[in-house]
Amino acid sequence: MNATMAMTNVDLAQPALRAEGLGKTYGAVTVLSDVTLDIHPGEVHAIIGENGAGKSTLMKLLSGHVAPTAGRMLMAGSPAAFPDAAAAEAAGVVLVHQEILLAPDLTVAENLFLGRELTRGPMVDDRAMNRRTAEVLASIGAHCHPRDRVGSLPLAQRQLVQIARALLEPRTVVIFDEPTAVLANDEVAALLDVVRGLRARGAAVLYISHRLDEVEALADRVTVLRDGRMIGTWPAAGLTQRAMADLMVGRELGTLYPAKRTLPAVEPQLVIDALSVDHGAVEASLTLRPGEVLGIGGMIGSGRTELFEGLIGLRPSQAARITLGGHEVTHRSVHDWQAAGLVYLTEDRKGKGLLLDEPLATNLTLQALDSVHPGTRLDHAGEDRALDRAVETYDIRVRNRHLSAGQLSGGNQQKLLLAKVMLTDPAVVIIDEPTRGIDIGNKSQIYDFIDRLVRAGKAVIVISSELPELVGLSDRVLVMRGGRIVAELTGEAITEQNVVYAATSGEGHEAEPQGRAATTYA
Amino acid sequence: MTSVTTEIADAPRRIRWADMGPFIALALVVLIGTLINTNFATGTNIANVVTRSAFIAIIAVGATFVISSGCLDLSVGSMMAFVTGVMILTMNRLEPTMGSNAILVGAGFGLIVGALCGLLNGLIVTVGKIEPFIATLGTMGIFRALITWMSDGGSIPIERALRDPYRPVYFGNVLGIPLPVVVTLAVVVVGAFILYRTKYGRRCMAAGSNADVARFSGVSVAKVRTTAFVIQGLCVAIAAICYIPRLGAATPTTGQLWELQVITAVVIGGTLLRGGKGRIWGTVAGALILEVIANLMVLSNMVSEYLVAAVQGVIIILAMLAHRFIK
Repeated sequence: MNATMAMTNVDLAQPALRAEGLGKTYGAVTVLSDVTLDIHPGEVHAIIGENGAGKSTLMKLLSGHVAPTAGRMLMAGSPAAFPDAAAAEAAGVVLVHQEILLAPDLTVAENLFLGRELTRGPMVDDRAMNRRTAEVLASIGAHCHPRDRVGSLPLAQRQLVQIARALLEPRTVVIFDEPTAVLANDEVAALLDVVRGLRARGAAVLYISHRLDEVEALADRVTVLRDGRMIGTWPAAGLTQRAMADLMVGRELGTLYPAKRTLPAVEPQLVIDALSVDHGAVEASLTLRPGEVLGIGGMIGSGRTELFEGLIGLRPSQAARITLGGHEVTHRSVHDWQAAGLVYLTEDRKGKGLLLDEPLATNLTLQALDSVHPGTRLDHAGEDRALDRAVETYDIRVRNRHLSAGQLSGGNQQKLLLAKVMLTDPAVVIIDEPTRGIDIGNKSQIYDFIDRLVRAGKAVIVISSELPELVGLSDRVLVMRGGRIVAELTGEAITEQNVVYAATSGEGHEAEPQGRAATTYA
Repeated sequence: MTSVTTEIADAPRRIRWADMGPFIALALVVLIGTLINTNFATGTNIANVVTRSAFIAIIAVGATFVISSGCLDLSVGSMMAFVTGVMILTMNRLEPTMGSNAILVGAGFGLIVGALCGLLNGLIVTVGKIEPFIATLGTMGIFRALITWMSDGGSIPIERALRDPYRPVYFGNVLGIPLPVVVTLAVVVVGAFILYRTKYGRRCMAAGSNADVARFSGVSVAKVRTTAFVIQGLCVAIAAICYIPRLGAATPTTGQLWELQVITAVVIGGTLLRGGKGRIWGTVAGALILEVIANLMVLSNMVSEYLVAAVQGVIIILAMLAHRFIK
């Protein structure tokens, strides 16, 4: 194999990289504590955990992107500290980022050598760089040419270019951050071969993924993180995907959640048949009944948000048929849906939900301008009354009414956002991440509010990355993976383990989609 | 979680000094002018300055809408020349049959042409999804070339018979107030009403403040922005109507570089260039500041009047720096 890939002076007894009691706190918030693990040469060590378990933080600590606040690192037995990513790379530790960080208008070779161009005299030595690039590309089985423009390559090839860039210099430790998140299934297989090749050449590989099938196929050892703590390290042999899912979750439900309701047997309020959203969801079908909380689970990037943004017309989409309250919906825009009685509450409270620089009343009435202000003129007195009512109904804690939305705490912002969409008096409410980043007290209030809504006969869809929330709130859960709805859980089957298993395991395409596939598009 | 309080204190709104900035700056400039030149504070000079600032002020009111909604219009100067040319040609054509009524019909036609020019800009930006800077850079070139072509590189004069009846629109007055100033006031009052007191104004600010939030709230950002461009076109046409009797002709240099003065007036008036915050009265103050400074430089001999643009450039930079430090 390629000479530069071969690892020199490798002591097989010593771990290539070892973390001892590694931790990171931001102010009073601990995001990762007491992680001790080692990665040996010629080993693929997988890190798994739910969203927010601390996987990304751990990688950033190990690769010098973030400085740890506790613990230490050892390389081949001697202490190592990386003040920045460049220092880590000089020591032979490199992180392959999840996002493609390449300049699309430069060639493959120019990207590989960006910032470290080979020169001959005052000139860049394109010939030498192209030759080196060709060698590295060949070593990882990439089929692109050094002179190809990166922007013209398919996503999977770009991913390989990114890996080639990381492997240009000799590396002892290669860290992959969910490298398959953007890849299709056949491309995944090729990438796993690249990782196996690295291992065969003696590299120590740290592999972060939430696709448990990949972990099972690839890893020698598996470390599980949960809520910023390390749960343990196990040999991968004998660890089933089901067992991994159990380890990732392992938590009890408290009494934070309202008691489940008995569902009336009524006609569905919302029926979606084969909705496909560009770059998001594939032929998703679902039904929603009045008085029901339908949970939507799945990992970040599984198409959950895209599906519903597509539904309300904020992304290009096609559907076989959609009905609301028995009537076919033909015009799908936020405005039309709102008039028909369906609203969507975004997960991105600060970016897409509220005008942070504007006063509370302006934010509250923005979506329901026409009903709060029946004429052309703004009715400021009516707006103030609406704000008073919202503050009381949703218990929004504000000192005075002239604050801007950005001055509220996260929990109060979320309640204001809820009040804003509820002002349109909807029959169906879709809430994306109802409690992201807010404290437990506000969470509990929002859960109670959702409970009151469905008891009053409204239908609610809750999209959530927080498994306890999804399990605690939902009467029924649909799990998405790779843009498809891959599982429907009801009753006793609604458990965190089942959601994680459906969201991460098996071939999404083989799972039976809920509802039937459409043969025609509207 | 028990509710602690649901009473909202209705704390008195504090005076925001940042919002007062343009008016304080205007007062300062006027004060300095009064001190350094005895001719400055005379009634005729003040009336002259205010009247001359009318065109920029009227166009800048429209620009306040465009900029508040998160766009930019570079074509206003060229559009002004084009609309002026079209109006004069229309009036001249109608004069033999209609007499001085040709002025009214021509002005009405000018308003339609202005609105259509704005609509064109708006549609290129919203339907064509082209950056406003690029879209209006394109139409700026188109309008400028059209007036040059229409005038054959020379000028388009208005018929002699129309000059006298049209003259009062620029040189006349109501109760001693020059007519262009009255028109400016009317445009400003209507503009302020629309921006601050109507649902459209609210949507305009929302689109400029955060287009995603507006979209997720069911606001048609495209419709809001297109409307803002149409308002801009109407303002340009109103300015053109007042402008024709002043020189009695349209030339290829009519309104040249006005877009820069307009944007300067809007920005030093406190409107955010990135959108979301529009200050109509501040815009007027901005237009006045520019004109007062130009006037002072012509009146006094301390600085050459060839440096007017340089001083205006310094003003816009100082205004932005002041804005940053007050914040």
